[in-house]
Amino acid sequence: MNLREDFGNEQGERAEGAEMGSELHSSDEELMLEQALKNFRLSVHAWSAAELSRMRPAVKIQRQRSWRPAMGWALAGVLMAGGVSGGFYERHEKELRTAAAARVAEQQRATRELQAREDEEDLLAKVDSDVSRVVPSAMEPLAQLMAEDETR
Amino acid sequence: MAACTALEAMTRATTMEIAGREMETAAEEFSRVVVLLRPRIFRFLLASTRDVDLAETLTQDCFLKAHRNWGSFRGDSTAMTWLMRIAINLQKDHWRNRRMQFWRHTLTNAVDADEASEWLASGESSAEQQLLAKEQVKHVWLAVKELSERQRTVFLLRYVEEQELSEIALATGLSEGTVKAHLSRALGKVRAELGGRR
Repeated sequence: MNLREDFGNEQGERAEGAEMGSELHSSDEELMLEQALKNFRLSVHAWSAAELSRMRPAVKIQRQRSWRPAMGWALAGVLMAGGVSGGFYERHEKELRTAAAARVAEQQRATRELQAREDEEDLLAKVDSDVSRVVPSAMEPLAQLMAEDETR
Repeated sequence: MAACTALEAMTRATTMEIAGREMETAAEEFSRVVVLLRPRIFRFLLASTRDVDLAETLTQDCFLKAHRNWGSFRGDSTAMTWLMRIAINLQKDHWRNRRMQFWRHTLTNAVDADEASEWLASGESSAEQQLLAKEQVKHVWLAVKELSERQRTVFLLRYVEEQELSEIALATGLSEGTVKAHLSRALGKVRAELGGRR
């Protein structure tokens, strides 16, 4: 393991002939880095060895985990179905309200028409009665003439 | 005619016997490889992930994959390099899948730098030396945490597994120049972390 080589080569490539001394650090720092890397390596080796040698009990897969996603999906399904059916119900209710309003409007229109027709009939009847009362007085002279002829 | 049939049967039996023996040899060979190299693959994955359970799972997956493809291993590189390449790819796949499954449980069992630096080689003599070593290890872990995936892989292969640059290049599928570049940047960060400590 050569730190100088690992660090220096790339620096050399990058700097293309730049002074290596300016990039490299003092020997104390190099020593410290080497020591730190060595300690790090030994630490990882110790940790790994300890974990490998430790008895690891086989853990039974909990049943809970298998129904949890199913429960989640079921809940999501229920929520989705609720949302969709709620939408349909709302739409249906709106349609019913519109139909009822249309029915009421139709009834009102029919009532108004009936009322108008009745008013018209009343008016015609009134006119008829007026005319029937007027006509006989208008025919009075003729009637008198006819009565005189008969008496003669 | 009968002699010919008997000869054919014998040839077939011999071929099957040889194939069986070859399979046995391959299985034995693979078993030896597992015994020999499993600790190293586990160690690399443990250092990469800082997660014991994940490292174990990925190690198992690595050897399972290797077992399936053992027949196609031609020996162009060493078994260690081949296995390390599988381990690196599995690790990459794991993190990629993890990113895709962001809605799932994202917490890992990875230990932090403090906990990881608790492990020290038993050789340290005085308490002061042990403390110094622990501090150094902690700072290296902190620097390693900040490295990119490639830099970390290259750094760990070099300074934990003590592999040659050519081996690292083969295992990672990078050129030696790129390996050196990653290594240099990683070392720079470790140096800066250790320098900042003082």
